[in-house]
Amino acid sequence: MATTTEPTVIRSSFHPDVESYEQVNRDADRLLTKPGKGYLALLGMAISLVGLMVIAELHNIWFGLGMSGLTNPAGWGVYITTFVFWVGIGHAGTLISAILYLFRAPWRQSIYRFAEAMTVFAVLTAALFPIIHIGRPWFFYWLLPLPSQRHLWPNFRSPLLWDVFAVTTYLTVSSVFFYIGLIPDIAAARDSAVNPMRKRVYTILSLGWKGTDREWRHFTRAYMFLAALATPLVLSVHSVVSWDFAVSIVPGWHTTIFAPYFVAGAILSGVAMVVTLMVPVHRIFGLGAYFTPTHYDRLAKLLLLTSLIVGYAYGMEYFMAYYSGELFERDVFWDRVTGQYWWAGWSMITFNAFVPQLLWVPKIRRNLNAFFLISIFVNIGMWWERFVIIVPSLSHSYEPWKFMNYHLTWVEASILLGSFGWFFMWFLLFLRYLPGLSIAEIKEVLPPPMRSHDPGEHMEQIDGSGPAGLLPTGYYEPAATR
Amino acid sequence: MSKLRTGVLGVFPYLDTATDAIRALKAKGYELTVYAPTPRHEIEEALESPESPVRIFTLTGAFTGTAAGTALATWTSIDWPLIVGGKEIVSLPAFSVIMFELTILLGALSTVAGLFLLARLPHVGPEEAPMYHPSFTGGNFGVFAHAPRDRYDEVQRILSDAGSEEVLVDHR
Repeated sequence: MATTTEPTVIRSSFHPDVESYEQVNRDADRLLTKPGKGYLALLGMAISLVGLMVIAELHNIWFGLGMSGLTNPAGWGVYITTFVFWVGIGHAGTLISAILYLFRAPWRQSIYRFAEAMTVFAVLTAALFPIIHIGRPWFFYWLLPLPSQRHLWPNFRSPLLWDVFAVTTYLTVSSVFFYIGLIPDIAAARDSAVNPMRKRVYTILSLGWKGTDREWRHFTRAYMFLAALATPLVLSVHSVVSWDFAVSIVPGWHTTIFAPYFVAGAILSGVAMVVTLMVPVHRIFGLGAYFTPTHYDRLAKLLLLTSLIVGYAYGMEYFMAYYSGELFERDVFWDRVTGQYWWAGWSMITFNAFVPQLLWVPKIRRNLNAFFLISIFVNIGMWWERFVIIVPSLSHSYEPWKFMNYHLTWVEASILLGSFGWFFMWFLLFLRYLPGLSIAEIKEVLPPPMRSHDPGEHMEQIDGSGPAGLLPTGYYEPAATR
Repeated sequence: MSKLRTGVLGVFPYLDTATDAIRALKAKGYELTVYAPTPRHEIEEALESPESPVRIFTLTGAFTGTAAGTALATWTSIDWPLIVGGKEIVSLPAFSVIMFELTILLGALSTVAGLFLLARLPHVGPEEAPMYHPSFTGGNFGVFAHAPRDRYDEVQRILSDAGSEEVLVDHR
């Protein structure tokens, strides 16, 4: 190597502890090495919960939907609550992977793979619930617009059918987006794999990716268009889910703020879930170089922002109930905080609107344990939010003679627990078999290795102190080449 | 236009030396295949590569989706005209959700189809450039010059002068 000038090592301001491109590969490969006993124990636990869900669902199928606590009028219960919860969880993943990509946020790169994996698995979990809820899952194809002998088609005016389209589109597009982003990283895993079996599987999955200029040229464009399509999609999905409720005339549901309220809630719960997943992975694998305090700080601010929006929506719901003068509406909202489900109503308000306010304090925001704990509270709170919207509204609607409470049964509880097992099973398998750090994309925010030119010109800048001429991509370009 | 199947590969640990080699080889008129671990605009500029036509696929797919959504919802409603909820048989405001979702779905799928077609993924058959090095997904950049055998010496010289760490020659 004929180097006349020794290169100076310039570090990225986002990842000061990452010194070279190769280090990213080494660290990403570390996630794929042989798992410890703890991992196997967690995976075993997740799979047993899935087993519990399968048993409960078989019971549900054999003895019928009466095994759940669903009654008239509370025809929607824990299944729909959990469906809405998991669809919401997925949203933060797309926010981080697509919306922050379009905004060129350089803190997105190292956490986006986790977030995107979480999206795919959360939507995969959510998709189980409508099928469980219909009671006769083998008839799920009635939801699809398939030709039948009697020319009966689904009702395209129904929000429930919109939801079928929204959720299947979301699952398809986010899986595709996830896989496309993985291709260059699977190729990197292929090139460093030692185990012949793994090498073979990665070779097939990477589709023969080699990182040629042709591949990158089309890849970067296609990736941008996918992000641009995923952005309105993610905002639409939870809006459509909210219209499942808002388009009906049940008091407590029939409001126009539902779409933004649900989307903000979705991002709140999703960011909380990202943090819940990131902190243990960070601790176990020592990923401090990639999940830096800056990353947690930005996530905390995102959590705080969405928590404020959700808190505002809670307040606005009560204001509208009061100001509308509508008896039924007022009664339902009063019932939410004083009635049979007062504990659910109050846990939702406390966990989602009040507890995250602690993040205003920088000391708490930067304390990983505290932030992790807050994220768990928000996860619980957001499940209660879905429950509070669905169950008390249905069981306390217009006529007092049909007020009827809903009681959870062991079947529903097992399926709820099993959904967490199902989600974590996929997530744990993902961690072990696919690159959890986006190898190629982290390199985008690292200064490229340079021999003679000033590497500072080529790195992304966050403090705004660098030379003028910042490109929309966040990179600097030497004036001479323009 | 298919590129020559023979040539010389230079492995570069630095980005600026790789772009120097690209410029020097392009000036001599060689066709190049450049490997990079991450997309860098410096390489695209040195290669002067044109804008990717993936966007045409995205646009076509998206509009096809809008049309498909409109057609599906409208035609199925007309097939059995049943008034539901006092709405028009063809209730466009309600159908707009279906139109939107199919726009996104087909737009995304055809973007991927465009990517696969244009980037020639998955790779089957002979590679675009016959030589590759596993470090290209790690930290190294690679410049492969498609050249006839009698010009190997010149290419090797340009690559080493630019600062290639390792020059590999295709002797098959």
